[in-house]
Amino acid sequence: MDAWNGLMEGFATALTPMNLLFACIGVLLGTAVGVLPGIGPAMTVALLLPITYNVEPASAFIMFAGIYYGGMYGGSTTSILLNTPGESSSVITALEGNKMAKAGRAAQALATAAIGSFIAGSIGTALIVAFAPTIATAAVQLGAPSYFAIMVLALVAVTAVLGASKLRGFISLFIGLAIGLVGADLLTGQNRMTMGIPLLSDGIDIVVVAVAIFAIGEALWVAAHLRRRPLEVIPVGRPWMGKEDWKRSWMPWLRGTAYGFPFGALPAGGAELPTFLSYVTEKKLTKHPEEFGKGAIEGVAGPEAANNASAAGTLVPMLSLGLPTNATAAIMLAAMAGYGIQPGPALFEENGDLVWALIASLFIGNALLLILNLPLAPVWAKLLRTPRPYLYAGILFFASLGAYAVNLQWFDLLLLLVLGLLGLLMRRFGLPVLPMIIAVILGPRLEYQLRQALQLSSGEWSTLWSEPVAVVVYVFLALLFIVPMVLKRVRGAHPVADADVTSGSDSDQKVGS
Amino acid sequence: MSADITPVPPGPEPHVEARPPRTRDLSQFVVVGVLVVIGLFAIISTWDVVAGFAKSDPLGPRAFPAFIGVVCLVLAAILAWRTLAGDVPEEDGGEDVDLSQRPDWATVGKLVAIFALNVAMVSFLGWAITGALLFAGTAWVLGSRTPVRDLIIGTVLSVGSFYAFYVGLGVPIPPGILDGIL
Repeated sequence: MDAWNGLMEGFATALTPMNLLFACIGVLLGTAVGVLPGIGPAMTVALLLPITYNVEPASAFIMFAGIYYGGMYGGSTTSILLNTPGESSSVITALEGNKMAKAGRAAQALATAAIGSFIAGSIGTALIVAFAPTIATAAVQLGAPSYFAIMVLALVAVTAVLGASKLRGFISLFIGLAIGLVGADLLTGQNRMTMGIPLLSDGIDIVVVAVAIFAIGEALWVAAHLRRRPLEVIPVGRPWMGKEDWKRSWMPWLRGTAYGFPFGALPAGGAELPTFLSYVTEKKLTKHPEEFGKGAIEGVAGPEAANNASAAGTLVPMLSLGLPTNATAAIMLAAMAGYGIQPGPALFEENGDLVWALIASLFIGNALLLILNLPLAPVWAKLLRTPRPYLYAGILFFASLGAYAVNLQWFDLLLLLVLGLLGLLMRRFGLPVLPMIIAVILGPRLEYQLRQALQLSSGEWSTLWSEPVAVVVYVFLALLFIVPMVLKRVRGAHPVADADVTSGSDSDQKVGS
Repeated sequence: MSADITPVPPGPEPHVEARPPRTRDLSQFVVVGVLVVIGLFAIISTWDVVAGFAKSDPLGPRAFPAFIGVVCLVLAAILAWRTLAGDVPEEDGGEDVDLSQRPDWATVGKLVAIFALNVAMVSFLGWAITGALLFAGTAWVLGSRTPVRDLIIGTVLSVGSFYAFYVGLGVPIPPGILDGIL
């Protein structure tokens, strides 16, 4: 099935009234949770995993796609109207966006964010169509050594590139790997780290881990530091833009897209770096440098486009290699596993109809976001005033429900509490959440590929670099460590520039929350 | 970054309990402890796992856990050293998080207690009851002062979710003590 036919069939699946309804629900739900503090798209998808018991895979993924893009959009609304970004990817948007809102231009800030998101999302999705099937076809040829290398790269990149402290990133990573070990060994069926508890033989469900770390951990952490005085929400009417705003926005949208997509598609992905780069670029290229820091529309348009394009890019490794690089993608892969669908390069061949329906629904979701969210902006602004006791009590309630619904065991709720306390600990001690979640998902697969590679080579370790792709990945991995060191040395002579960059690449690891 | 995105509060805020900036954070030894426990557990608990046939699985089921365990111990040592050297963690921010005030661990303790109660009672009383209590209880702890309304909201949520899962998704949540009523 070539890409065009596949896509058309995907649209045919996604455009049935039922699936359109799922797309609408997904988009609205995603925006709502993106706007609300404390929860994000990853957790929402995790909480909705029970629907996979009774809903067609295509419908479920259409809804998840809506939640994914909707969550991105909602995050930017919060950062513009509230000036405390909930997602690290919208930190940059808050810089100019909130200044614009304070200066009475909230409507324009929201409009450029919405339209920029739409354009970047559409281009990004088109690029998925262009790249993902090709990469998947090439990746089918890869053997266990290459897979092992790519997974190591993804884990190390997520850990070492993002985040302020590499040490703490690796601590999270290895805690996640250890959690992933619990349960029956994939190859021998032997129980490991189960403490003799039969309920742990199946491993700790990723839903329980994700909901605990994101929802319970976050709710407990916020409870410890809840603002005595709620933040000021800037009221807003219907977003709109004047001619001058359009003129100043369209180039930043495109440049932001160009930054965002490749970064999202790389295993080292993330939206922090491209949004920051986009901001710096727009600041340099603008004809209104005096407005930067006081609410320049370019500073919203560029980073927002970069953010959404990166979200689209993330789906390339997810769909073509089965490799998650952000929390939402990780949970979506868990949902695939729930349907018995094996994520990986064979996905396009074996479940082509599903994948194309998902991609088509990304286009549809994007359009729905634009149509629904421009008029709904005042509603979202009201949502920000949700009384905090209800918001966090609700999060705890739905988190418990989601974890309980997985196996209907009280034991899962106990795990939820224990892991939730771990999530609290991680927030208190600056341990990033993302490496842990990715490690829980990838850890077992990493071990499996390693052992399979060694099986095929009868224990010869050199097999690990016997494939060209593996060698390239290891070289890339080495560069990942060497380049920053060299840069550090070069920048040592320019401490001012250094300070500027580190201050901007701040990435508190709340990607998924 | 976090410095310049911290919002300027409208008007003077009563920062009576403002806390001094940290110079050294010895409580990070909690993390060191967690890492040591996880590391030792990963190594020791998989020590007696029987390896399969060496031919077909040269690495066996013990190597990977042992590797993770050892790295956890090494990371624990590095963190201990960095902590003593004055490395301070960057606490997580957020929309509703105000890091300038002293953390309120009593509230966290109460939330955990309510949650633990939910874990203990859910099989007996059923989700429809414990879920409602969970919502109302945590809302109270978090500062809501309308217990009757909270209980009603909680009941609507828990009974509603019971039926939504039962009818909509075909997931029968155990009714507990309300068996036959729901």
